[in-house]
Amino acid sequence: MRYTGFRERANRCAVSGNEKTMDVSVWRGSGDEGAYESFQVPAQDNQTVLDVVSYIQQELDPSLTYRYACRVGMCGSCAMMVNGQPRWTCRTHVKKVLNGDRLTVGPLRNLPVIRDLAADMDPFFEKWIRAGGVHKPGRSRDDAIQQVRPEDPGRVEANKAIECINCAVCYAACDTVAGNPDYLGPAALQRAWTLYNDVKVTDRAAVLASVTGPGGCTNCHSQGSCTRFCPNELDPLSSIAGLKRAAARSFFGGKS
Amino acid sequence: MLGIRLYMAQRLSAMVMGPLVLGHLAVMIYAIQGGLSSAEILGRTKGSIPWFLFYGAFVLAVSVHAAIGLRVILHEVTGLKDRLLEVFTWGAMALLIMTGARAVLAVTLL
Amino acid sequence: MIGPHRRHPLWLAYLLHRLSGLALALFLPAHFWVLSLALTDPDQLDQFLRFADNPLVKVAEFGLVFLLAVHFFGGLRLLALEFLPWSQRQKSLAAGAIAGAFLISGTFLLRAI
Repeated sequence: MRYTGFRERANRCAVSGNEKTMDVSVWRGSGDEGAYESFQVPAQDNQTVLDVVSYIQQELDPSLTYRYACRVGMCGSCAMMVNGQPRWTCRTHVKKVLNGDRLTVGPLRNLPVIRDLAADMDPFFEKWIRAGGVHKPGRSRDDAIQQVRPEDPGRVEANKAIECINCAVCYAACDTVAGNPDYLGPAALQRAWTLYNDVKVTDRAAVLASVTGPGGCTNCHSQGSCTRFCPNELDPLSSIAGLKRAAARSFFGGKS
Repeated sequence: MLGIRLYMAQRLSAMVMGPLVLGHLAVMIYAIQGGLSSAEILGRTKGSIPWFLFYGAFVLAVSVHAAIGLRVILHEVTGLKDRLLEVFTWGAMALLIMTGARAVLAVTLL
Repeated sequence: MIGPHRRHPLWLAYLLHRLSGLALALFLPAHFWVLSLALTDPDQLDQFLRFADNPLVKVAEFGLVFLLAVHFFGGLRLLALEFLPWSQRQKSLAAGAIAGAFLISGTFLLRAI
């Protein structure tokens, strides 16, 4: 059997039959360099943006770089800018975002680009750690397991944000992050708010201290893009407001 | 570039200005009818301790509030930081307090 | 540029708050300078106030009053958002801030002309 190259197969695909195609612009390049490249992709009745990106990589240009893992909205690795808006591409239907027959896909905003559609997530996770996002246990294995009452107000508040999948959609949407590179961003701050309300965390003052520095919650301008675009419908805006309230209380010597 | 102290200074100055802005808006709406004249304005404010305190507090609060606001905008738009940003913040605050104090004295002194 | 990731009410409320604050901060030194004329040069102050009777200046004053009012109401919304128990009605409150600002600056304009 004759080996059929990717491009050849793709061309055959495009010319055979009268199937409809979409004009998909995809960011190509690494670092600060790059440009959009246009691909003709067959339109299906049901497909996600990630399906379109995968089609381009598998059928049109195998060198296209992008990142995904679970395809079901749990791992948080496939977020990209779709028509200028950050989205989880595996759960975004093309029909919902198609602009005529055009689709533009780029790497997440506010993060360095490794290559093409793969953004470098290091700054995002470094800030997660800087905001105290690493669990510091208050008990050892010798202690009894801590009882956590689900109806406890602090637990109810903490539960609101535990579905965060670290996709960085909020981080890419936030203009305060764009203007202030030290700003911890919505995801890390929301994580800090969760820890602040978690009874298993013993040093609440330390959590607060790590999010009230020059890059902390006080820099938030309440633009609300984080809450607006969070694919899991979490509400970092209200979490950050909670941190600001706690910070103001502790500023006046209130207990944290 | 806004630690907890500058943040609280900006929010507290905003709270102080709440009633002052309402008062200022009310005065403007009251005074604008029939046009303004210096005699009308100064007749109201000259030698008045309440107006001196009202606008004196207003100038102090707005200087703190505006200087911190400008600092944030400058940092986010130009990336200016560290020492230069501090110099700008305190310089803007000092300029506003000085020009504002001069204006308050000009309209309230006998 | 207002890109797709910015096209929503709370971001526009942020933009309005920032632009009104910036404009007011830049206006303040001029405002203070004109008032201090009462001390240094009363004739020039009266000359300026007569110039302010010009209808175009009245419209500009309406703009300034709107900026002050919209920054005031928008600021109240932000203080409530940050320091009062959380409310989900942020969009309505932001719209209310603009309505309140038009009410006040409109009243000013009607009395000015």
